Amino acid sequence: MVALYVVLGIIVVLLLWFVIIYNGLVRLRNQMQNAWAQIDVQLKRRHDLIPNLVETVKGYMQHERETLEAVTNARNLAQQAIGRGVGAQSQAEQGLTGALSRLLAVVENYPDLKANQNFLALQEELTSTENKISFSRQYYNDSVLGLNNKVQMFPSNFVANMTNFKLGEFFEVEAPAEREAPKVSFT
Amino acid sequence: MWEQVRSNRIRSVVLVGMMAALLLVVGYLLGEAFLGNPIGGLIIALAILLVLNLVAFFQGDNIMLAISGARKITRDDHPRLYNIVEEMKIASGLERMPDVYIIDDPAMNAFATGRDANHASVAVTAGLLQALNRDELQGVVGHEIAHIKNRDVLLMSLCGVLLGAIVILAWYGSRMMLFGGMAGGRRSSRGGGGGGGIIIIVAIVLAILAPILAQLIYFAISRKREYMADASSALYTRYPEGLASALEKLAGSKIQVKGANQATAPAYIINPFREKGRAAADLTSTHPPISERIRILRSMAGGASLVDYDHAYRSIHKGGKPVFSTATLAGTGAVGIRAAVPEAAPAGREPGKAERTREVSDLMWRMNKYDTLTCECGTKLKIPPDFKRSNVKCPHCGRINNVKQR
Repeated sequence: MVALYVVLGIIVVLLLWFVIIYNGLVRLRNQMQNAWAQIDVQLKRRHDLIPNLVETVKGYMQHERETLEAVTNARNLAQQAIGRGVGAQSQAEQGLTGALSRLLAVVENYPDLKANQNFLALQEELTSTENKISFSRQYYNDSVLGLNNKVQMFPSNFVANMTNFKLGEFFEVEAPAEREAPKVSFT
Repeated sequence: MWEQVRSNRIRSVVLVGMMAALLLVVGYLLGEAFLGNPIGGLIIALAILLVLNLVAFFQGDNIMLAISGARKITRDDHPRLYNIVEEMKIASGLERMPDVYIIDDPAMNAFATGRDANHASVAVTAGLLQALNRDELQGVVGHEIAHIKNRDVLLMSLCGVLLGAIVILAWYGSRMMLFGGMAGGRRSSRGGGGGGGIIIIVAIVLAILAPILAQLIYFAISRKREYMADASSALYTRYPEGLASALEKLAGSKIQVKGANQATAPAYIINPFREKGRAAADLTSTHPPISERIRILRSMAGGASLVDYDHAYRSIHKGGKPVFSTATLAGTGAVGIRAAVPEAAPAGREPGKAERTREVSDLMWRMNKYDTLTCECGTKLKIPPDFKRSNVKCPHCGRINNVKQR
């Protein structure tokens, strides 16, 4: 009789432990998926801003047709990559970020454009959207790290294996320069 | 992060409990001294406590915003500020966008308030908007969002209201004892003999000590929370230098916030009180010394994670206790510091100080319902909301301009 109760007790404790770990995993996975949705919102916002930007800038920059076309093309590629998985999408967005930063670098040569109110407002939106993309990516990667730690670490890895939890995929950093710590130069 | 939030919540309960107990003791002794009936005082104190906590819980944020004269803005009013708050909301993983408020005050300060993450607001002064660049403003907003994320905001409004009540009760109590209290004193000494006199003395001592005691309880924990919010801000922005240089500018400012008082002080990013003309850096009661906060942020070499902040803190406080528990730090990865200017944003594209000043003053005119009228000579005329006449003469060139009828 006593042995039966002990066994029953152990089973109940094990079940409880299983449920708690499992719910924790589900919460982390939901957090990760929610974070991914956030990135998606911001990427779409950037795609929406670009036609506006190109339209505003075109009149001022007749000599930069190639730069502008590169931005438009990169945007189209990025839109096609939607829904093809984290890897493909992050690569396409990387191309768009590069094209955009080249465009914004040549803006420096056009003082008239820098005085245009419409452009200034767009520029603030674009800067902020870039920031939001990197912040949401940052939060997404933190969530992935949290989930992956749980999926791989003892003892929660047992529950993860039994219920077939998969590792999250990191959204890679866009430019190699970002991986390096900032260098200070005294010139 | 969650371990930290949980231990914060336990501390909050203990802290509010201690403040409440203090209020009850004050009520008991005042009842004994003046009503000749300690239980009556206790019941009154209990009723006050209950009402205050309900008010603080449901209306604490509105009271705080109203006292400071903050006004809500939309994205169109100040896109940069709104965007920065949204950026920090995303970086911290908050689910709801906090309301954004501006305080029409040339002093530099900011605070967050609210009941929980779903009822939260961030307020900054016009002076702050003028003086800080994007990275610095991001650091300050990150600090405020961290207060929301770490659940400090409810504690601040509960404690602020309790502290206010204790200060007021003790103030009236001590005045009554000094000036009008003789009648009460005679009554209780007649009834209770020698015991009454002792209680009166205890009541006087307590009336003097209670506000100090309440503030000590308050500060003990609010200081640590400031460090934690600084660390979280560095983590969110990945750029400790932004907050460090913002704090430096705030420390150097000599203007005091108009709408701040003892009870609301701990909610601000730096202590809003300063002696006339003195820099804020010297007065440090509710907040850790600014110079120290800056030093810690600046010695976060190599990373922006909570672990890096902890190392920096301990390198400055030799042998001091860590800011974060090991449970909080476990399982957090290394975090790099980002470059000075955000990606795809070459230097020089940001509005400078003059442009920011114009931006903010235009916003303040608009918020005060002034109309702007541009004369042909380029002068901008500000038309007050109660302006009755149909035209106005430009003070610059003498042209007569028609005023839009409202």
